[in-house]
Parts: sequence; C-alpha cells; structure tokens
Amino acid sequence: MSQYIDDKKVEELETKANEARELLIEMLTEAGSGHTAGPLGMADIFTALYFHVLNHDPKNPEMPERDRLILSNGHITPIRYVVMAMSGYFPIEELKTLRKFGTRLQGHPERERLPGVETTSGPLGSGLGQACGIAYAARIDAKKFRTYCLMSDGEHDSGALWESVMFAGKNKLSNLTGIIDRNNIQIDGMTEDVMPLENLRAKYEAFNWHVLEIDGNNIEAFVDATHEAAAIFEKPTVIIAHTIPGKGIKEIEFDYRWHGIVPGMQDVPGAPSKAEQSKKFLDELRTLGGRIKSEHQ
Amino acid sequence: MLNSEAKLIPDITKPEYIPTRDGYGKGVVKAGDKDERVVVLCADLTESTRSLWFKEKFPSRFIEMGVAEQNLALVASGMANYGKIPFISSYATFSPGRNNEQIRTNITINNVPVKIVGAHAGISVGPDGATHQALEDIALMRVQPRMVVVVPCDAVEAEKATFAAAFNNQPTYIRVGREKSPVFTTADTPFEIGKAIVLRDLPAGRQAANTCAIIGCGMLLHNALLAAEELMSEGIECMVINSHTVKPLDEKTIVEAAQKTGAVVSVEEHQIAGGLGSVVAECLSKNYPVPQEFIGIQDRFGESGKSEELIEVFGLGKESIKSATKKAISRK
Repeated sequence: MSQYIDDKKVEELETKANEARELLIEMLTEAGSGHTAGPLGMADIFTALYFHVLNHDPKNPEMPERDRLILSNGHITPIRYVVMAMSGYFPIEELKTLRKFGTRLQGHPERERLPGVETTSGPLGSGLGQACGIAYAARIDAKKFRTYCLMSDGEHDSGALWESVMFAGKNKLSNLTGIIDRNNIQIDGMTEDVMPLENLRAKYEAFNWHVLEIDGNNIEAFVDATHEAAAIFEKPTVIIAHTIPGKGIKEIEFDYRWHGIVPGMQDVPGAPSKAEQSKKFLDELRTLGGRIKSEHQ
Repeated sequence: MLNSEAKLIPDITKPEYIPTRDGYGKGVVKAGDKDERVVVLCADLTESTRSLWFKEKFPSRFIEMGVAEQNLALVASGMANYGKIPFISSYATFSPGRNNEQIRTNITINNVPVKIVGAHAGISVGPDGATHQALEDIALMRVQPRMVVVVPCDAVEAEKATFAAAFNNQPTYIRVGREKSPVFTTADTPFEIGKAIVLRDLPAGRQAANTCAIIGCGMLLHNALLAAEELMSEGIECMVINSHTVKPLDEKTIVEAAQKTGAVVSVEEHQIAGGLGSVVAECLSKNYPVPQEFIGIQDRFGESGKSEELIEVFGLGKESIKSATKKAISRK
C-alpha cells in the first residue's frame, strides 16, 4: 500500500509525467504508427502507479507479492512502456524499438516478450475478466496484493466486459480496483455518439461496485482514490478517471482523430512533416506550453 | 488382429456404455485430489458437464460463471496466469465456440495453461439439434498455435486424458460427448498425450494388397474396430489407430501405418474440413502420400434425432467405414 502523498511528491510525479510525455512523443515519432491521444491522457495515472501506488520491483518483475497491473486497452501500451523504462525495467534506449521487428515492445503488449507485462492485450473487453481471475485466485490463497485493471471507456461497448463486471460484483472482489480512462473518444468518434455509455457510474453501481469519479490528470486525486479503493472491503471499486485525451499538447487535446495516429500521419494536404510536428510537440511539452522558456529553466 | 499391447476389453462386441463426459468428471476430481492448484470453472452447466463431481468434493475451488463463456475463458486465463490449473467446462459449441477470440488472445497468445473441456461434442448429442452439436471445435482449436487437442475414445481414456492434461503445463482442449458410448479400453491401456495407440495391427508378415489403416479419434473408433473385424471375413486386413491426440499428431505412428498398408481412412465425429482427417492428410501428403477416404460430417449441420440414428444417417456407422475402407484400397 502506498503512502499518502504530500505536495513535494505530487510535484515530483508531475515532472516525471511530463518527462514521460516527451519520451512518448519521441518514441511514437520513431515508430511511425501507433496511438497518441490515449497514452498522453494517461501519462499522469501511469506515472502515479509506477512511481507511487504499485508495490513492484523492476529488478524482480516476477515477485509473487507484487501488485498486478492488467492493461486491458492494450493500444495505450506505449505510455506503459515509457514509464516501465523510466522505472528501470529496461533501458530507455530500447523505447526506440517500438513496433519494429524483433522488439520486446510489440505494437500491442505480449506477456511473454517483456518481463513486467502481466497479460497479452489489445482486443478490447478482455482485461477485466483476467484481473478478476487473478483477484479470485489471490483470495483463495489469502494473498494480500491488489489487482488493478486499466480500461478504456470505449471498450465498455463490449458485452464480454460486462460479464466480468457482473462476476466481480457477485464475488465482492474487494482486492480488485478498476480504472477507466474516461476520455470520451474512440476510433469512430465521441463515445456518446458511437455507443452511449452514460450513466456509467449508475451502471457500475447497479452491478454492486463502489464507484469513484476523479480528474484523471490530477495525480493527487488519483492517488487518494486508490487509497479509498483499498479501504473498501465489501465491493470491488472502479475509479472513473476523467482524462483529457492528448493531454499536454493543445493540438491533440480533445480531438478523437488523434486516437490512432502519431505525429506526421495526418492525411490532409499541407499537414506538417513528421519531424516538424514532432519538434513542435516536444517544444510545447518541454516549455510546459510556453510557461517556461527552455527545458533547462 | 487386436494389438495385445493395447490391453482392450476381452470382447469388443460386449462393451459397457458410459459417456466420455463421465471420464472427465472423474479425472478432474483425481487431478484435484493430487494438486490443490486445480480449479474448475463452469458456465451454468455443472451437472451435465460433470463438473458437479468436482464442485461437490472441492467447493472452494469451484467457480460458477453463469451463462458467460467469454468471461469463463478470461477468468480462467487470469487464474492460470497467477499459477492455478483451471479447467473450464461448457458445451463445445459455446466453449471453444462462442469464446474463440478470448481463447486465442488470452490463453494461447498469452500462453497460459488453461484446460478447455468441450462437452456435448459431435452429432451424437442427438435430440438437442444442430445448435448444440459441435462439429467444428477440433478445427477451431487445432489452428491455434500452442494448443494441444485431445479427443478421448471412451470414458476410461477421457479420465486419463483429463488427468494428464492437468499436468502438461500447456493450453489444452479436451473434447467429450454426451451420450453413453462403448468403453473398450481398460485401466491398463497405455495413454500418453501425443502418442497414438495401435488398437489393431496387421497379422505378422501381411503387407500391402488388401490392407488399410483406419485412423480415428473419439467414440467412432469402436465402430472402426467392429468394421475391421467384419472386413477380415472379406479378406481385408486393417490396422486401427487411436489418434486421440489430434495435435500434436503422432506423425511417426501415422506414417508407419501408411507405409505398411498403403491406404488410410480417417474417422471422426466432426466436419471433414479441418478435423483429424485433415491433420492426417497434411501429414501424409508431405511424408508418404497414399489414398485416403474421410469419414466425418460432410459440410452440413446436424439435426435432432436419436444418437445412433444420426450416426447412421450422417454416414459415420460401421457400414460406412467398411465401404470407405474398400474404396481407399481400390484407389491404391
């Protein structure tokens, strides 16, 4: 269980989250394909998880008592890779191999390729069921670790996911915390246009879950929510984390078209080149949107 | 002549009748006795899949999933990932039918040792009709890398297969049937996943001419043995091979049988496309091509009827096997 968080720690994590965004843009630009909006929006939560919330050991990824982090929406794996590298699972340099032949950093993550990745994922709606299985098995063996499952909002279109929601509610899996990246976008548009999810809170509550709603780009709020989740004994908890897709880069924020593309991939006349666009985004991140003049300031 | 090393029952025309699902039910209890990591998950079919016997003995290791086969595969994946040995049971049309993608992504690509038990497989399900008669499940499972596919021939073999699968540390599919079927193997019949059993061999010195190898899996092997017995009076000698493991195929035994007899007939209660017959053809065409005839379902769905009636109507009976054997020999 992580410690309660003070202002100094929050600031430290915010700085790290911004570093993670920079590495992410560099990595995606190098890869030439992948997803940008979701990973940017989740940089704060991943940073908080790996640098504060999770009980884990990058030098001993198989540690039996580790908390399990199941990433259901595998397409946002680039931000997980970045934060894993930053916390010491593998060299930062390796991030450049994303999506290339022979890499451990597959386009969608595979359990057996990279130590520390708990499950293979990508096809949506499947992470929560696996997290339920781990949480249930842990309970049989009276293990104390927690299981976290990160999900997208869009994947809640999937019926299989609701089978898992129902299972966790029935079995009162209080050692399980769901985290939903509620960024309101999916590939074909806004979630409420593609297939409305609201009222998401009421839906989870009806399935016997404890529901928390937070600003998912507020690290302090997220850490507090994980503490509350751990304190609830009679139900599983889901944290609906309202995030801004593309958070940190104005041009990308809130734009669903950035779901599945990377810098330099816009299919419109006059779009900037990969190098130009990447540089612009990195400058924006390094100056915190113009608030500071250089990255060394 | 029957292979004495197969240690079959004394008179194959007088078998006891027990469904292969009962063999699974017994086998999984035995595995659970031996190792407390064994858990069973079932999707609202506890009695008819025989998972009930495990539930009664180990209630805390039994998990009721409700009618949710996708989640059945997912939760089992998580449990195996953690270190349990999960068996998931339902009807084969639903698991591995309905949850095929969950099995692919989360069990075989993930590479975790979940044991999928598909019950009520084959046309012999009978009165329930086409929706409940799984005829494609072997094909679905054998095309997934890493998946082991076992089709036991009777209840005794199903018990052994279940126990063996618990400890092979691989994703494994076990196919069992609903109806009572002949028990012609015994506790002493050898069983090892991946090792076919020669149930019947050619008389010493007999080669080529009027010979054929019948290679099958599942309960139809009993029909194959009866057919081989009757063909003897017509001067035809047959090997009968129990290829209970469809994947990985025991290529050595299959190729040797083709070399010895020069013709094969495959026998299974499954679509011809993609089943054991296809596996055998793939093996022989690259190693030792010989004429092959296929006993199986001919690209159609089943329908309601009595089990034995459907076996005849769909061309899986003893007489069909005899004609296919003669046809294969005539093509040499």
